[in-house]
Amino acid sequence: MLQQLANGVLIGCVYSLIAIGLTLIWGVMNIVNFAHGEFLMLGMFVAFWGYALWGIDPLWSIPASAALLFLLGLAIYRFAVSKVMKGPMLAQLVVTFGISIFLANLAVLLWTPDFRLIDKPLLAGTWNLGPLQISVPKAVASAGSVLVSGALLLFLQRTRTGKAILAVEMNRDSALLVGIDTERVNALSFGIGAALVGIAGGFLAMYYYIYPQVGGLFGTLSFCIVALGGFGSIGGAFAAGLLVGIVQTLAGYFFDPAYKYAVVFLLYLLVVWFRPQGLRGW
Amino acid sequence: MVKISLAAAAVLLALGFPLLFSGPFPLHVAIVTLIFAGLGVAWNIMGGYAGMFSFGTAAFFGIGAYTSTWLSTAHGVNPWLGLLAGGAASALVAAAIGWPCSNLRGHYFAIASIAFAEIVRTHFNNWKLVGAAEGLMIPIRDGGLRVFQFNQSKAPYYFIALAFLALALLACRAISRSRMGYYFRAIKESHELAMVLGISFVRYRLAAIMIAAFIAAACGTLYAQYVLYIDPESVLILSVSVQVVLVTMLGGAGSLFGPVIGAAVLVPLSEITRAQLGARGTGVDMILYGALITLISVYQPKGIWGFFAGGLPRRKRPAPQPRLEPSSPGVA
Amino acid sequence: MSTPLLEVKGVTKRFAGLTANDSVSFSVNEGEIVSIIGPNGAGKSTLFGCITGFHRPDAGEVIWAGRDITGFKADRVCRLGIARTFQIVQVIADMTVLENVMTGAFLRHPRRRDAQRRGLEVLESTGLAGRRDQQGSALTIADKKRLEVAMALATGPRLLMLDESMAGLTPVELQEIIALLRAVRKTGLTLVIVEHVMEAVMQLSDRVVVLTSGRKILEGTPAEVVSNPAVIQAYLGERYRA
Repeated sequence: MLQQLANGVLIGCVYSLIAIGLTLIWGVMNIVNFAHGEFLMLGMFVAFWGYALWGIDPLWSIPASAALLFLLGLAIYRFAVSKVMKGPMLAQLVVTFGISIFLANLAVLLWTPDFRLIDKPLLAGTWNLGPLQISVPKAVASAGSVLVSGALLLFLQRTRTGKAILAVEMNRDSALLVGIDTERVNALSFGIGAALVGIAGGFLAMYYYIYPQVGGLFGTLSFCIVALGGFGSIGGAFAAGLLVGIVQTLAGYFFDPAYKYAVVFLLYLLVVWFRPQGLRGW
Repeated sequence: MVKISLAAAAVLLALGFPLLFSGPFPLHVAIVTLIFAGLGVAWNIMGGYAGMFSFGTAAFFGIGAYTSTWLSTAHGVNPWLGLLAGGAASALVAAAIGWPCSNLRGHYFAIASIAFAEIVRTHFNNWKLVGAAEGLMIPIRDGGLRVFQFNQSKAPYYFIALAFLALALLACRAISRSRMGYYFRAIKESHELAMVLGISFVRYRLAAIMIAAFIAAACGTLYAQYVLYIDPESVLILSVSVQVVLVTMLGGAGSLFGPVIGAAVLVPLSEITRAQLGARGTGVDMILYGALITLISVYQPKGIWGFFAGGLPRRKRPAPQPRLEPSSPGVA
Repeated sequence: MSTPLLEVKGVTKRFAGLTANDSVSFSVNEGEIVSIIGPNGAGKSTLFGCITGFHRPDAGEVIWAGRDITGFKADRVCRLGIARTFQIVQVIADMTVLENVMTGAFLRHPRRRDAQRRGLEVLESTGLAGRRDQQGSALTIADKKRLEVAMALATGPRLLMLDESMAGLTPVELQEIIALLRAVRKTGLTLVIVEHVMEAVMQLSDRVVVLTSGRKILEGTPAEVVSNPAVIQAYLGERYRA
């Protein structure tokens, strides 16, 4: 049972990072990035190809994942998302959906739908921590995710750009009034959000299967996590990520592994029905 | 006068299609087109008119398909009755899930629909009663229309699908011209405005979801009787739901014939790409879909119909009014 | 004198520590035009919300035609005969002017043909008949406001509540709306309007209710209210000397 909790927390940390990226984009722009899972997938593939082609361990290729996804996020914002911001709701919903379908299937075409694994990572093996068995790659991934989340928080709170982002997130109109370039903030946030989930992908690639469709599952999970944590709340996303990681693992263990994700989706439904603001203000 | 002759031409073409293209492949493409058009009409009622953008249509499609198929294979119920049962089951489920979701707007509703559909898919994937991952097979029977199965040729399926679509379109048109239709569009525009016009938000949203669910379920039964085999991977997956949205949006969400136009463009595109490129082609049609729908959302959100109705979109400055965009899931 | 059509009794509404309405009471008789004025933040829109079902009062009652409707949801309040407009004008952008009005008319006329007939009537009386086929989104703000009033009228109310409908209008447009409202009152409707535009308040109102910081501080005829020192102070501050 304790082992399950530990596993839950481990995956939860990575979930948190994924969710933080998504909630940042949501909080700043009121747009759900339906391609978020595909960004994760791309981050994973960057790590994989770095490993397969040049023997670079995923740990070192993470900056590359971050940089590439950041640029991709900027590009997608600039050429697609920014143009639908003033458009009808349907367009806003569908534009990132279209990108997600495009990316996932492009990946299938380029890299085949095969499942891949990084089989000899730098950090491998298991730690024995008392009664617990902690897989080293998972631990590193989780610790890394937490560090990156912390770094993001510092960035947002301590730097000028970060504060500008927070300002827009809190109140867009006021931010405009004090002279903040909200377009630039939007683009940055989208890029940073993408970079964050790209980093998560790099971490995840250390032990998880890498395949083009992986985005679908994690994407849907991340929407649920963000809702649970309260859309726009970074602290909430972090807490919710851990919570969902635990819920999912326990559900899989005690109930039925096949239903472990369904339980999370049910949790989302219950949250938006009964407590739309999520964990915020708890 | 032009409109009437165009309409007449379309009707003639539709009726005469199997004579012009009698091979199995063109007929197959046509049938799938008609089914997706029907699904699109269902989605359109909920999303295009009433503003509830669902990415979970597959769930109702699947419930319809599974209900009629299970009833006929396990209990010998006639598929036509099964169709009604499937529609009813679907509408009931829609009511059950729609009621708590009736306050959700925009993104929240969309995600809820995905979550719901995924729960349904997981459940059916593990439910022994309906074959779990292996699905259900409909045994071949003779009897034609009576047993809703035609083994000699695809043409009867084509005509039934055409009839289904025609009925769905008639229903949609009747709704759009009636109080319900006007109320749907008010709801889509603004929650507050609808309330202030005396519209019971919950009741009409439920109505929209239930009608859509019924039509989608009917399409499900049609599909099942045509393909004679259903499993979660073919009827309950997200990509089916997404294609329904694409089809309607491409053609023009909120317009009567939008789904038909969209299906007529996208389905043949998809089927032909798949046929030409063979196994390697899996996913190429979806790449095109993805690119297409991204382009449409950016440049012509009103879809193809938008070109006829309003001409090319011009870059005009919107009136300087703040939008009352809620930042929480719902509730006035 | 029969009972008032609308009675607001001690309505209080708090939002997380801020008391937006503090025990506000007033009543409106059938056929009257009552204005609610007060500086920004006085709680006028909140009061509107409490009466029309968008907020549930924390205390107090709203009595409509002798019936307690406190806490009733907004759509029910509309069906019972109170219509309202919004501060930020809302019409259905994708519909024509006629279709917009029909949507309101459908409340009492479920059949399309009747709703259309009623819609056309209302468009005539509000001077919008010439624009019946224009898209809602293509109207000027003044016309949108007029359409919003038309839609509200189409629902067949006994009481029409207008939330700052005069803001941003040119003098000509202002006079047009004032004339429209006078005509509307002649048909037997009662009006309650929240306004900042004093000219409209003076020209239209039978009585004026003044709110400041959530409280009602005065009620009287327009002339009484406008010369009252407490009101002047509320609007212009302590240091002002008339």
